[in-house]
Amino acid sequence: MTPLVASGVPTPEGFISHVGRRSLEAGRALADVGTWLPLLAIQMRRLGVDSVPIALFIAVFTGIVLSLLSSYIFTGAVPLYFVGALVGKTIMMELGPVLTGMALAGRVGASIAAELGTMKVTEQVDALETLAYDRYSYLVVPRVLGATLMFPVVTAFAVALGVTSGWITAINLLDLSTAEFLKGLKQFYQFKDVWFGLVKSASFGFAVALMGCLRGLATQGGAAGVGQSTTSAVVLGCEAILVLDAFWALVLL
Amino acid sequence: MILLENLTKSFGTVRVLKGLSLEVPDRQNTVIIGASGGGKSVTLKLIVRLLEPDGGRVLVDGVDVADMDRDELAALRGRIGYVFQFAALFDSMTVAENIRMGLAKRGYSAAEIRERIAESLEVVELRGTEDKFPAELSGGMRKRVGIARAIALKPRYILYDEPTAGLDPVTATVMDQLIIRTRDLGVTGLVVTHDMRSAFSVADRLAMLYDGAIRQVGAVSEMQASRDPIVRQFIEGRPEPIALEPAVRRSAG
Repeated sequence: MTPLVASGVPTPEGFISHVGRRSLEAGRALADVGTWLPLLAIQMRRLGVDSVPIALFIAVFTGIVLSLLSSYIFTGAVPLYFVGALVGKTIMMELGPVLTGMALAGRVGASIAAELGTMKVTEQVDALETLAYDRYSYLVVPRVLGATLMFPVVTAFAVALGVTSGWITAINLLDLSTAEFLKGLKQFYQFKDVWFGLVKSASFGFAVALMGCLRGLATQGGAAGVGQSTTSAVVLGCEAILVLDAFWALVLL
Repeated sequence: MILLENLTKSFGTVRVLKGLSLEVPDRQNTVIIGASGGGKSVTLKLIVRLLEPDGGRVLVDGVDVADMDRDELAALRGRIGYVFQFAALFDSMTVAENIRMGLAKRGYSAAEIRERIAESLEVVELRGTEDKFPAELSGGMRKRVGIARAIALKPRYILYDEPTAGLDPVTATVMDQLIIRTRDLGVTGLVVTHDMRSAFSVADRLAMLYDGAIRQVGAVSEMQASRDPIVRQFIEGRPEPIALEPAVRRSAG
């Protein structure tokens, strides 16, 4: 086995070998469909459906603030129906996916890292292996796939509610009618706005769940170790979201 | 038969095993005794490849564990039951579901699984606990469920990691009786413990692990009559400096 580091210095051979081994393990885990498939629906519910309330809570207030803020910026300079355009575009393409991702990085990333970390320090992960289960097939694949599939769904609900709350704010608190709000919303709408946000949120789900799993399975020690893993999973998840956000903006816009 | 040949294992700069060799004969209970932190649990984990040795070989039924591919390793783990120090039950599952895990992986029918769960709970005298969660059980009951989970697979070998640690004397005696009963069913046992009362009770052969290697091995009567000062001191539980690990002595001295 080629070491990742030799005398404390990372070597290219070690890095390539490490990446190769990890890729092989990931491929084997994905191929073990019989193990992870029955667990997928459970994880989709736990990581996705159970996260809907927090995502919707954030979306409602994001829509309200965005509507008021854009009215404040546009009044006297730009026709007010642009409020609809700004609310729609911003929530669909940026704030919906990113704020939902951040909220779920806290909820989902922390929950995965804490759960797997506790399993690791109480030897439940070793117990799984002694029962001939592969830890990646049983623990990692259903969580990562579940989050990748469900983050866009949760984001779609959040976007819909965010735009709706922006519209309700506009017609009740601003001097704007539904027709004007919709005019702005439609004028700059492109289908790309929707799939751009959903693709981003799928990648956020993948990254957040993967960080949670990797940090959880790397946990050492007792309760303190679980705490450290949980914290680092959330931090790394948030950082990954910001990096991916910039990446997708560069690649797709 | 399990054969350990010249095993070495280090964690960072700490050399835990320094050439451990031991033969574990069939249909007997072999007990490894030694100080806490001396590498007893590490030895068990090397046998089922939860850890990889730095050097040496583990042969199970004549096959080197290191040479086994994924499927062979899964088959090996089906032949070796593992009872963890703190049971390592999956805490989100009931007792029956814990026992079911290993059976389901091996493709038994639902009827066979029900039968084996009932049988194994009968052996450990825990009928009626099928629907309880691990948190609802005492420490001793959890360890017995751990044994039930192991014997449900009808293994050829069972590895016991500190089976009586943390148990009251009565429950510890029940555990010892279970280990003997399992041996009488034809299962080869390898027990690691520093509980001398338990070791004398369950062992057909005793092996003393000291300073990373087997210091002496023999029948219980031979070990009790040993003239080796290290063995005598450990068996008699005399807290004299000679019994301390060499590294501890060096740092103290």
